[in-house]
Order: sequence, then structure tokens, then C-alpha cells
Amino acid sequence: MTPATATPPRARTGWRTLRSLFATPTSTVGVVIVGVFLLLAAIGPLVVPYQPNEQLLTARSQPPSLEHWFGTDRLGRDVFSRVVAGARDIFLLAGGGTALAVLLGTLTGLMAPTLGGWWDEITFRLYDTLLALPALLLALLILGTIGPSRSSVLFVIAIAYTPIVARVVRSVVLSVKTRDWVAAARLQGESLVWIVFREILPSVLPALAVESALRFSYAIFLVASLGFLGVGVQPPAPDWGLMVAEARNYVFTTPWTLAFPAAAISLLVIAVNLAADGLGRALQGETR
Amino acid sequence: MTRYLLRRIAFLALTLLLASLLVFTITNLLPGDPARIMLGREAGPAALAEAREALGLDDPFPVRYVTWLGQALQGDFGTSFTTGEAIAPLVFERLGNSMRLAGLTLLIAVPLAILLGVVAALHANRWPDTLISVTSLAVVGLPEFVTGLILIQLFAFGLGWVPANASIAPGATFAEALPAMVLPAITATLVMLAYIARLTRASVAAELTRPYVRTARLKGTSHGTVLRRHVLRNALLPTVTIIAISFGWLISGLIVVENVFNYPGLGRLLTFAIDRRDLPLMQAITLAAVTVFALANLVADVTYAILDPRIRLA
Repeated sequence: MTPATATPPRARTGWRTLRSLFATPTSTVGVVIVGVFLLLAAIGPLVVPYQPNEQLLTARSQPPSLEHWFGTDRLGRDVFSRVVAGARDIFLLAGGGTALAVLLGTLTGLMAPTLGGWWDEITFRLYDTLLALPALLLALLILGTIGPSRSSVLFVIAIAYTPIVARVVRSVVLSVKTRDWVAAARLQGESLVWIVFREILPSVLPALAVESALRFSYAIFLVASLGFLGVGVQPPAPDWGLMVAEARNYVFTTPWTLAFPAAAISLLVIAVNLAADGLGRALQGETR
Repeated sequence: MTRYLLRRIAFLALTLLLASLLVFTITNLLPGDPARIMLGREAGPAALAEAREALGLDDPFPVRYVTWLGQALQGDFGTSFTTGEAIAPLVFERLGNSMRLAGLTLLIAVPLAILLGVVAALHANRWPDTLISVTSLAVVGLPEFVTGLILIQLFAFGLGWVPANASIAPGATFAEALPAMVLPAITATLVMLAYIARLTRASVAAELTRPYVRTARLKGTSHGTVLRRHVLRNALLPTVTIIAISFGWLISGLIVVENVFNYPGLGRLLTFAIDRRDLPLMQAITLAAVTVFALANLVADVTYAILDPRIRLA
């Protein structure tokens, strides 16, 4: 702990966060794998040989080959093309949902303890109530009511994870709120909004980065689980969880239709975890 | 201690009250008419009006909520849209099945996870630690529906040791149900194992660096004694909380696992209810699960306070 200082840890926090992603070999591996998936999600449809729902009626249930890298399913759809198309869905739904949760969680997590009083009380009472329901249960209840669709999956992820992000942000805010530099800014007569975003937010960023990465890995699981249970993305969309569910009865005849989407989920989740882990280790010193 | 307990119970009641309001609000967001969902597309206006009257759908929201909550508190969750039968007996039977599975899972997961965590911490940064952390990372990446399907292939279809379909007869004893429960419990164990082991490792490793450990060692106390009498007693305290937190994961995990194995628990019933848009059934299942989750948290908090007096005095 350094002696009292009037300078907040600002500037280049973002840059340092980025650099610390490559701090250890394992986190580098994680970041690279996530990068490859991201690239596939971005340019996938341009490079895959087939449309995800295109049925090659003469090539049903083909094992992996040079022509069909991951084989074809029993409807004659190219599994590689579907897995790649599914990557885009995962980033849009799990990534988009997480981004929304991080945005909402950061805003409310910053504002609630700053404004204090009733505002803080009501916001976090609501969040505690949402957290009384395990994430999948909450997601199923909402999707079961409003009906499954891509936008409702995105919405559900945001709802499920906003409270957790807000909690993390709030705890950091409470710990820096009393620091000298915040008091100094206040004495200078700076506005509340300025103080929150310029003085407090930079301190929150490291913890927020780690939490976002972790939330993203859970969100991938949640999207896949919802797809598997048949209440998330609906057929014939190339959702990874849905693909596993569709393949479960044909494990003996076409094991590749199950193996590749399942491997894609695992690989991406492990990679995100590695990246989050590295991020956490590298930033640990900065959060205090 | 009594005051602490009373405060915790009051907090539990508040949490459950707010959660019930949340559940009721969500299930009333439905665009469309529950009466129509119940009766189907062919229902005439007269029948619809009658159903709306019977369901109390014409009353304002607060009135419906209070009525619903009042009945739920008396153990009356209404009748299912799908079967037309009373919901409460069905939910309690399925809840019992899920609790059995959860109990078996905890029985396997908790000792194993603590053992792995302690072993990893004692060999920090050496091969047992690396092995455990790499394995648990791989397990973290495997969704339970994939692990479940693989285990079914291996042990049910491949080796034929256990049935592939985990359906158990109503009223079966624990021993009768056990063979069907083994694979689902192992699958659910994998969900929690890595998390508990990892946090146990961190907790034990942190405790080992404390000055009193060195003092005790320098005094000539044997390594095993320091570990048993001092380090583990302190380090395993947070594990109580960790287990309670991972209970939420266990509930999520069991929903998926029960569906993979077709196990007749609450999770299987929930997807059934969602499939048929059976709102009263969905409400009852969610309330039951939330109550169990909240009770688990209460038990963990109280256990922690009993083990560590500093908490309840604070």
C-alpha cells in the first residue's frame, strides 16, 4: 500500500489490460484460440464451403473427409460449415448478452453507491432478488414465458449477469470512494459524473475486465445449455448446443455430428477461462 | 447466536417474498392470454371468459399476486394447465427425487473436491498441482450435457453397468433408485468439482503462508500436526460458503443433467412445463427451487457462524 496520494491510477489502464492478456504462455494460448474463433465468426460465412442449412442429399451421414472436414449429418448438412456458422451465433448471443450485462452492470454499479441512499438500496435489492434464482433457472423461466428466440436469449443473458457485474463494480467503488484523489476532485468542484467516469471508473477497469471474461465463458455455457434443452435458439439454426441435442440419438452411427460442436464449446470455454485467468493474475496488483 | 439466527431467518423470508414477486411478475409478462394457452386454439369466447373467471385473470395484478401467494403458502399451487391435476403433490414428489440426486452428488463431490484442493495446495506449483489444475480446467470446459452423453455411451451402452434411462419408479427407495442415480450424480459432480477444488486450493495455499505456520514448524511441531490442527481448520472455513454458492450451480447443473438422463426430477418437470407453456407448473417449480437454494444459503451461513464465532459477534 502506497502512502496517500492525490493521483488516481488513470491513463493507459486500457493499454496495460490489453498487454497483460499476453502476460503468461497459457493466457496467450487462450487469447489466440479466442482470436481464431472470433475470426471464424467474422469471416466464417465467406470461407465455409456450404451454407449452414444446405442439404446435400447425396452426401448424408458422411464421416469426416477432405471434402467434408467434420463430416455431414443425417440431413446431409456440412458439419464444419455449421460449426463455423455457430461461432458467429455464440459471439452474437453470448458475447452480445455479456456486453449488455457489463454495460448495464457498470453503469448501475457505478451510480448506485455514488448516489447512495434509496437508489442504492432499491437497485441492489432488485439484484439480490434476481440472484436468488440460479442463472439457468431464471433463463428458463423468462424464455418459457416470453417464448424462445434469438433476441430473448440475448436479453436473458443480460438480465442474468447484470447483477453480478454490478456487484463487482460496486465493491470496487466503495473501496476507492474514500480515497484522497476522489476527495481532491470533489474539493475542486468537479461534477459527480466527471468524478465517477474520470476518477473512479479507471480503478474499476481491471476487476471489470476479469469479470467480463468470466461472464462470457459462463454465457457460452448458458447459450449452449438453453439450445440443448430446446428453449434457446430454435432449429434449424446452427447453434452448438442444439447440434449436440440433435446428434444425441445418433452417437453410434454419426459420432462426428456430436463430437465437433461439443469440442467447439469446450475449446472456446477453456480458452476464455485461460485468458481470464491470465488477466486476473496480471492485474491482481493493480486492483488494490 | 439466537439473534443472529433470527436475523438470518427474517432475511430469508424477505428474499423469498421478493423472489416470489419476481417469479409472478415474469410469468405474467406473457404476451397473450393464459386462458387461451390452457384451452387451445379452438376455444370459443364463452369458454375463454369462463376460464378467465376461474383463473381470476380479470382481477388486477396485486390482487392476483396476493391470492396466488396466499394459496402457495398453504401448499396449494393450483392445477396444471396440461394435466388438470393438482400441482403440489407432483412438484413435491419430483423435488424429493431431485434432492436425492443432489444429496448423492454432494456426497461424492464435496470430499473429493476438498481432497483434490488440499493435495494441490500442499504441492503448489509441482506436478500434482499442475495435474489437478489442468484436469479441472478441462472439466470446466465440458458442458454437463456432453459429459452426460459420453458417460451414457461408456457405462450404459458400452459396459452395460447401469441403465441408460434414469427413470425411477414412483415410491422407489433410495437403494432401489441408486443404480439409476449413479451416472447423473457423477455428471453433476464434475460440474461442481473443479470450482470447489480450486477455491479450496487457494484458501489452503494462502493459509500456509501465514506466519503462525512457520512459528509452529519452528517450535518443532510435525508437518502433519500443523496441517491438521491449524491450517485445515482455518482454511476449510470458507469452503462452507463455497459449497453453498456452488449449490446454485448444482441446481442449474441438475436441470441439464436430469434432461440428459431423463431423470424424473424437478428439472425434467420444468422443461416439460415450458414445452407445454404450463404457467402454474412453471411458477411452482421455480418457487420450490428458489426456496431450496435460499435454505441452502441459510444453512451455510449458520454453519459458518457456529464454526467461526467472529462472524456472529461482528
